[in-house]
Amino acid sequence: MTPLLHLSGLTKAYPGVIANDDVGFEIQPGEVHALLGENGAGKSTLVKMIYGLVRPDSGEMRLHGEPFAPTEPREARAAGVAMVFQHFSLFEALTVAENISLGMENPPENAALSDQIRQVSANYGLTLDPDRRIGDMSAGERQRVEIVRCLLQNPKLLVMDEPTSVLTPQEVDVLFETLRKLRDEGTSILYISHKLEEIRTICDNATILRLGKVVGTCVPSEETPKTMAEMMVGTELKTPSKRPYTPGPSLLDVHDMWLQSADPFGTSLRDISFSLHAGEVLGIAGVAGNGQDELLLALSGEERVTNDAIKLKGENVGNLGPNHRRLQGLLAAPEERLGHAAAPDMSLTENALLTGFTRQRLTNRGFVKWQATRNFARAIIEKFDVRTPGTENAAKSLSGGNLQKFVIGREIMQRPDVLIVNQPTWGVDASAAAFIREALLELAEQGAGVIVISQDLDELMEISDTFAVLSEGRLSRVRSASGVTIEEIGLLMGGTEVDNAAA
Amino acid sequence: MLRLEQRPEPSRAMQIATPIIAVIATMIAGGVMFALLGSNPFTAIRIIFWDPIFNDVVASYTRPQLLIKAAPLILMAIGLSFGFRANVWNIGAEGQFIMGAVVGGGTALALYPYESFIVFPIIIVMGAVGGFLWAMIPALLKIKFNANEILVSLMLVYVAANFLSAMVTGPMKSPVGMGFPESRNFNEYQSAFNSELLSNTGLHFGVLAMMAAVVVGYIALTRHLFGFQIRVAGQSARASRFAGVNPNLTIALCLGISGALAGLAGLFEVTGPASKLSTNFPLGYGFTAIIVAFLGRLNPIGILFAGLLMSLTYIGGELAQFQLQIPAAAIQAFQGMLLFFLLGVDILINFRVRLKTKGVA
Amino acid sequence: MDFSAISPVALIVSLMAASTPILLAALGELVVEKSGVLNLGVEGMMIIGAVCGFIAAVTTGSPWLGFVFGAICGALLSMIFAILTQYLMANQVASGLGLTMFGLGFAALLGHKYSGIKPPKFHSIDIPILTDLPIVGPLLFGHDPMVYISILMVFVVWYFLNRTRAGLVLRAVGENHDAAHALGYKVIRIRIMAIGFGGAMAGMGGAYLSLVRVPQWTEGMTAGAGWIALALVVFASWKPGRALIGAYLFGGVTVLQLNLQAAGLSISPAYLSMTPYLVTIIVLVIMSADKARASLNAPASLGKLFHATT
Repeated sequence: MTPLLHLSGLTKAYPGVIANDDVGFEIQPGEVHALLGENGAGKSTLVKMIYGLVRPDSGEMRLHGEPFAPTEPREARAAGVAMVFQHFSLFEALTVAENISLGMENPPENAALSDQIRQVSANYGLTLDPDRRIGDMSAGERQRVEIVRCLLQNPKLLVMDEPTSVLTPQEVDVLFETLRKLRDEGTSILYISHKLEEIRTICDNATILRLGKVVGTCVPSEETPKTMAEMMVGTELKTPSKRPYTPGPSLLDVHDMWLQSADPFGTSLRDISFSLHAGEVLGIAGVAGNGQDELLLALSGEERVTNDAIKLKGENVGNLGPNHRRLQGLLAAPEERLGHAAAPDMSLTENALLTGFTRQRLTNRGFVKWQATRNFARAIIEKFDVRTPGTENAAKSLSGGNLQKFVIGREIMQRPDVLIVNQPTWGVDASAAAFIREALLELAEQGAGVIVISQDLDELMEISDTFAVLSEGRLSRVRSASGVTIEEIGLLMGGTEVDNAAA
Repeated sequence: MLRLEQRPEPSRAMQIATPIIAVIATMIAGGVMFALLGSNPFTAIRIIFWDPIFNDVVASYTRPQLLIKAAPLILMAIGLSFGFRANVWNIGAEGQFIMGAVVGGGTALALYPYESFIVFPIIIVMGAVGGFLWAMIPALLKIKFNANEILVSLMLVYVAANFLSAMVTGPMKSPVGMGFPESRNFNEYQSAFNSELLSNTGLHFGVLAMMAAVVVGYIALTRHLFGFQIRVAGQSARASRFAGVNPNLTIALCLGISGALAGLAGLFEVTGPASKLSTNFPLGYGFTAIIVAFLGRLNPIGILFAGLLMSLTYIGGELAQFQLQIPAAAIQAFQGMLLFFLLGVDILINFRVRLKTKGVA
Repeated sequence: MDFSAISPVALIVSLMAASTPILLAALGELVVEKSGVLNLGVEGMMIIGAVCGFIAAVTTGSPWLGFVFGAICGALLSMIFAILTQYLMANQVASGLGLTMFGLGFAALLGHKYSGIKPPKFHSIDIPILTDLPIVGPLLFGHDPMVYISILMVFVVWYFLNRTRAGLVLRAVGENHDAAHALGYKVIRIRIMAIGFGGAMAGMGGAYLSLVRVPQWTEGMTAGAGWIALALVVFASWKPGRALIGAYLFGGVTVLQLNLQAAGLSISPAYLSMTPYLVTIIVLVIMSADKARASLNAPASLGKLFHATT
């Protein structure tokens, strides 16, 4: 049988890095093929070549045995390749139908298109209203729009880039049902992920990439997550060891906190209440867009709330700004590294000043002590193993993992009483991620309270002492992390409060 | 084919080189323009850039003019540069310039003929206040109602120009001016006249204020938390909020400072070089100052040089108008071109140009 | 003072003419902004259109050729902005300002031999019987063709943006250029076409000023009309129909204050001349005050830099 897609010798170099080096594998009709690898292994570049967004420097692709070299996505789509992106390529202000129409070569009339959308979404169990605005929809619903957009074109190959990162466990089940149905109808699926359990559940074959090269292939159902992880990472991983947790005195008390989101498509916080104790790592799970950003803004002081809604060591801080809260020991590291946690074009020294000038006393009557600031930056770089030529390099010149180490390090070095981090290891390579988790645990061990907001359940299970779920701007009851099951979390993420599991 | 490749770090060498490249490119393009207008391009460029300083015949008159014309441009450009760095776009410096002149000059006219050393300090303060308050209108409307400061500050230029015209045809009209729409001449009023401090240098109080602004501006930008916060605000609104910068305060400060400096520039201009309020008073310095701010890389030291250069093109342009009959407007087009070239070559700071090799997309 | 000289019908007829240049320019800028680009050079493109249109009309004797040539020159000037912002990734605010300053200077340069000349007359249409009807006649059937063309353009722009595929793509580009690029749409090419359209419309609006509205060439004759057109786009919440209302409102204020000046109202004419600018500020404030709604209508990528990384 001719393979549906045959890749051989694909190479693509960017200045300073070879993204893909002599990559080759095959996908058969009706096969779900996994592309497995760490962040930076070259998965995205490979997929972009298949979809016509990037042209390979050398190598060959064949589709149905015919040479296949799309110069733009239009050509790839015409040849039967469809793609669901990791970051949705959707237009918030436009409707579902308009969005789908934009992704099609020859879209039918509006009314006919709406009918087709309803029909396909019913066929595959993906409920959608063609006239709704994307901006008003959840991440799971948005993904459905992407999938329906692909399905309307009867693709031969469906490429899915990290499709489950924004879904609740229940939504993942629905997605897998859809994928199985497609496979049974003969559609091939290229499934990109680093989540090993998922790949074992859904994929027939897997190709493993490391540093741009194919380092192995396997049949996932015959492997254990551990053996696949070792192929993917190449070295043994140090996982933080969980320590016994005895709650200390309460550090942070949040009571009945409300916040109207400033973003018209954002999620407002509703009646948030919880307490954080010395030595505690509180993990806050939830699907993206359920108020994580807003929670961080409210706690860091970038958004003000009623004064008594937040008590830090007994003092009301709800209407204080970020620098006043920093002085009192409340620090934060937001999710978006470039452009929120750090200023992209500024040097690491200047970025050290960004949040460090109050607690580290880096100014004198408003005048910046640049030498002291440079020393502070250098200390962060050394202590947190930030790979950079020096303190005067721009933040944007660092890799994601190194910049994240710098950002987290900058806050930890200021010895916070309470540290709030959002997505601390998102898009960070495995060794940096392990390093960051270790540092957070160490901080808690020294008596600080740490809040980790994350969409990575594995991460939260690994480091949290206590656990809560943020759903549609509401926070569930905080419970002990030990003994929580994935099903329970899934229900909480969907917004159902489960009462039987006592904290 | 040429291809752009992003540099890992902005090039510092290019930050200094690009304004020079832009000036040279403008001279070439300007030369072409002058040739099309029927003048010898080399003569025109020489008259504009060389003669005002070095020509024996005219330099004794034009050299002092250099500082006189540069002072308001630099003073205003430094104020504007802080806002431009923070993405607060005060485009209405011309209006604030006019209001500084009207309020400060109006105060002087009201005090006439009271002679005292205290008069000049009072009108200086009133000039700054006039410009400051005029700039606070777009600031407050932006903060309270989210109204675009570009459009509001610009509309206020036309309002200010009309207000000036109402003043010089009404309450501030000179009683001895034979009905012309202009105020009393300030050189008739010793205490309020901004005279030349050293003869034939062009040095007046406005030049001193400009020099102070360069020094203070440079220190504030590079050594003070205020300058740092302004720079963060311009790079990323979210990062600046995270750093505890109050966005509303930034808007008010940026517009307020640039308004006050523009008001000062207007006051020094009206009581000195212009010597009276009239409908001809606005010369577009407020707009040229925008070019000066960009040409100087939004850096006070750079702005000092850019202001002197721009002043040179004004004076040289007048000479060229005189000697070659090149229309006055040509110099404005020339200045516009300079801004285009500068913006265009700026890309070399963050990108390098590479020859496209075969087979690479 | 004699207000009886101000006839309501004449007032409306002349306000439609007064509104036409800014309506044309605003419609052009609306399309540009919908594609995610903020071009502050409208004033510069208008005055270039005014002078080029004037020169062409005087030289050829045809006002129609004047409008066409004004549009072409406006579009050509806009290409400087397009190259700077789309290829060389220059700051849009600064580039737009540069365009305005260059345009004002260059127009004065081109036009300095043309002041004091009368352009060929651009006739209003005259349909026997219909135009002679009382009130309705002058209101509906007595304008010059450009007034009708400007109203037609309101509909054309609306139809293009909301009913055509190309319009949908243009809106998508303005909404999220990265997503549009990922889908394979040529972001830069689409934006350059939008910028060119904006330039042509501004140029045509400028030509209307020098050929019909004033009608003669004087330096700086746009007097902020381009900036008012920019404010109009905000006022209209990026909707063509509302731009028509806004333009007529503004035209009304302009014509009314001119009439009041002519009627000899006992305050300085300078104060009356301020009113159009003050009204623009007030309207801008009202339209921007509801932050959430304002940002919902604004194209999300407006003024942001686009650089394809792949």
